[in-house]
Amino acid sequence: MAEHKRTIAWKPRETNTLMGERVPRIDGVEKASGSAKYAADINPAGTLYARLLTCKHGHAKIVRLNVEPAKKVKGVHAVHIFKDVGGECRWDGELVAAVAAERPELAEDGVRAIEIEYEVLEHFVDEEDLDGGQAAKRAKSLGENAKGDVAAALKNAKAVHKGYYGIHTITHMCMEPHGSHCEWKGNDVLDVHLSTQNVSGTGGQFAGPLGLDAANVTILCDYVGGGFGSKFAADVWGLAAATMAKEAGRPVRLMLDRATEMKIAGNRPSGFGEVTIAADADGNITAWDSHHWGTNGTGGSTISLNQMPYVFDFDNRNRKATGLSTNTGPQRAWRAPNHPQLCAITDTAIDDIAAKLGMNSYDVFMKNLDKTPRGNVYTEEMKIGANLINWQQKWHLHGKGPSTGGVKSGLGMALHTWGGRAHAATCTVKVHPDGTVESLAGSQDLGTGTRTAIAITLAETFGLPIDGVKVRIGSSKYPRSGPSGGSTTVGGVSGPNRRAALEALWKIFDLVGAKYRLNPNDLESLGGSIWHNNEQICTWKQACSLIGPLPLEVQGEGAKNDGLTSSGVAGVQMADVSVDTETGIVRMNKFVAVQDCGAIISLKTAESQVSGGVIMSIAYALSEERIMDNKTGRFINADLENYKLPRIGDIGEIVVEMYQPDSEYDRGVVGLGEPPVISGGAAISNAVANAIGVRVPVLPMTPQRVLEALKGGAE
Amino acid sequence: MRDREDQTRSGPGFSRRDFLKGSGATVAATAIATTAQEITAEEATKSNVVSVKATEITLNVNGKNHKLKLEPRVILLDVLRNDLNLTGCKDVDDNTASGADTVIIDGKPVLASSRLAIQCQGQKIQTVESLRNGDNIDEVIAGFVKHDAMQCGFCTPGFVMATRAFLNRNSKATLEEIRKGLGGNICRCGTYDGITHCALEIAKNGGA
Repeated sequence: MAEHKRTIAWKPRETNTLMGERVPRIDGVEKASGSAKYAADINPAGTLYARLLTCKHGHAKIVRLNVEPAKKVKGVHAVHIFKDVGGECRWDGELVAAVAAERPELAEDGVRAIEIEYEVLEHFVDEEDLDGGQAAKRAKSLGENAKGDVAAALKNAKAVHKGYYGIHTITHMCMEPHGSHCEWKGNDVLDVHLSTQNVSGTGGQFAGPLGLDAANVTILCDYVGGGFGSKFAADVWGLAAATMAKEAGRPVRLMLDRATEMKIAGNRPSGFGEVTIAADADGNITAWDSHHWGTNGTGGSTISLNQMPYVFDFDNRNRKATGLSTNTGPQRAWRAPNHPQLCAITDTAIDDIAAKLGMNSYDVFMKNLDKTPRGNVYTEEMKIGANLINWQQKWHLHGKGPSTGGVKSGLGMALHTWGGRAHAATCTVKVHPDGTVESLAGSQDLGTGTRTAIAITLAETFGLPIDGVKVRIGSSKYPRSGPSGGSTTVGGVSGPNRRAALEALWKIFDLVGAKYRLNPNDLESLGGSIWHNNEQICTWKQACSLIGPLPLEVQGEGAKNDGLTSSGVAGVQMADVSVDTETGIVRMNKFVAVQDCGAIISLKTAESQVSGGVIMSIAYALSEERIMDNKTGRFINADLENYKLPRIGDIGEIVVEMYQPDSEYDRGVVGLGEPPVISGGAAISNAVANAIGVRVPVLPMTPQRVLEALKGGAE
Repeated sequence: MRDREDQTRSGPGFSRRDFLKGSGATVAATAIATTAQEITAEEATKSNVVSVKATEITLNVNGKNHKLKLEPRVILLDVLRNDLNLTGCKDVDDNTASGADTVIIDGKPVLASSRLAIQCQGQKIQTVESLRNGDNIDEVIAGFVKHDAMQCGFCTPGFVMATRAFLNRNSKATLEEIRKGLGGNICRCGTYDGITHCALEIAKNGGA
């Protein structure tokens, strides 16, 4: 047997029939028809519904709490106290109590019946106000470091620009709020339908605090309605649901209400920065000096110090960061943690120094790619992007384009990077004697198309149609998989499935080779048949019948350094906008995203990831922000009417171009979730500056901020 | 009960005394009581005042009648999801701003969280579940799959219903009309591009 032919690798690219093609997602009909069940939809008979009492102050102490009246309300079966008398509520929305009742409205009656009094304490919520934070003793240094000689570089520079940039806190705003349905099976066995991006990792988080054996907790999550980095934990409200279910002897479903979801279930920290940037006459950036600040909640941190400036590593560089502790809900990982904010402070400053030099910002970005880790890829992607958005024909000096009835257009670009290495994961691949194939893994589908990526991997390996494989994910009783965070899932699940499938296929080839007296290494499985030198030997079904009465089962593992997966991507984004200088309204005309991600398994869902990232970028660039009220310390737009997200008519034309030369395919699979959401904010900000000739310093660029920038620019 | 009696006395164009007079002395007392009560209830509905207590109502959902006993404050969204297990109608808990709970009532797109269940008696309520019968699926669902107009999928059924209702009334919609007409729904994952292409393709084929 020539073992050397049996190496783990993806198929030669040109032989693929499914991998890298636009395959419809295999659970698409389930999702679109409403058949897909989310934690919020789990509804067995007897389920009780929970509602929450939350703190209505920015900072307060509970001085009186009486939940007894709630227990007397008709239909109420359980009351849970998160914080009792003497407890400190550190932000608006902090959980105080929960009530579970026969119907949601009865649970609301219960919440209303609770008697509570607070002593209101001092709060600080203005995350942009560095001086105020220092005066209130809410600021702390997060360090500073330097390299090269910034002072000398500034002295020798052709142009120096001092700018102020920033980006406000946004929330995750998962359409399905955080929550779970908890059902006890006897005294010590708990089933949790959890809205989670961490199916394999949350069982222990329930078991420990509840005093259960971890083996007796099952986490179930067939579908999850958005997570974006905020759904890795059981959370105190998950434990409360389990506790109330036990108390009531009935299943309990507790989903956060929208306002509470926005206030306590995760946000992306803000960042505001003063930047001095300098360049020589050719556009080479020679110096960077920045001080940034912002908040992540009471923790008093902001975005990463050591990743500033973003992507570019300038020879002479000072950087400093200050964290502000505010009475706001705690941060959670938000799709590409740190990167969008760092990019919104860095690539905007680069655009401004280009303007100061009177140079095309495209040329200045290009000139400085030698200071990035992936210069060659950025170069190619910039060329592709420029072609798709017609950069050279449309670009003009900042503010010097034509105005049509006060409406001015502009172009902007920015670039980004991400890792995307596969997470540690296992799977079981079963080939049944009747030829059906099954894969099991305790993974989840955050929207990426996890099932589809696994199905393509297996079908491609076995030479079967996509519906010839059954993919089972979403249970902690399946083989352990990784959490879906940091663009790790598609690499995480495809590697183990490919490895296990290859091993299974080789065993089947051995059986076929023995039966038909052929060298198993010369066999191929394609189109539902086994082939030897283009001669059909038997059908896939006949081959599988040789397995015997029990299924052939292989465990797959990852991540491994065998070339199936790797990490590190670039990515370039360009925006074409129009700004109405009378109303301050920014309209998206066109957006181009050029993205690499190694070998692509599922092209259709990959393109969807990029398009979705772009739309999220449009949201935080133009409309979306948490608004804290300084007077009351409350989050005053914690609802979908006042927390502005773009609608279908607000996004303009989106062009997604996957950069996929053979050199990318040869790298193996790299995750894609985070990269496309990073540089859109800076690209749109640069496009607005190009249109109107002044920088709108802080994102989102609401009409008010655009008008203020125009007013300041005219002075 | 007092409310209802007051209502009966002051009801427009009708009084119980007149009815009793006209019903004749030979009618059995129990029969009179029953009839009077029924009329009272009907009158109460007409004048928009109902008991806060749970009452029996009938809802016609996807062509089937469902008898339910509900308080009048119960919203249609909760009835569909919790009582009838039609969970394609999603609860985003957003004060009716997201459209994830879009259903079609008497041909019009309606947000299920904006209606009390009792308001929907006598109306034809259609949920997303009506667009699929096994492998037989509505063209809008097929189009959403074809154009990958979904990611996490939580807003998707609501968007499917909004698209279905929109195309029913605008079978030849243009791109601009689609961008305006589907503006009532929110997707967080960012699937608008696929939805737009799906709606546009169906509209080009006549909206079926």
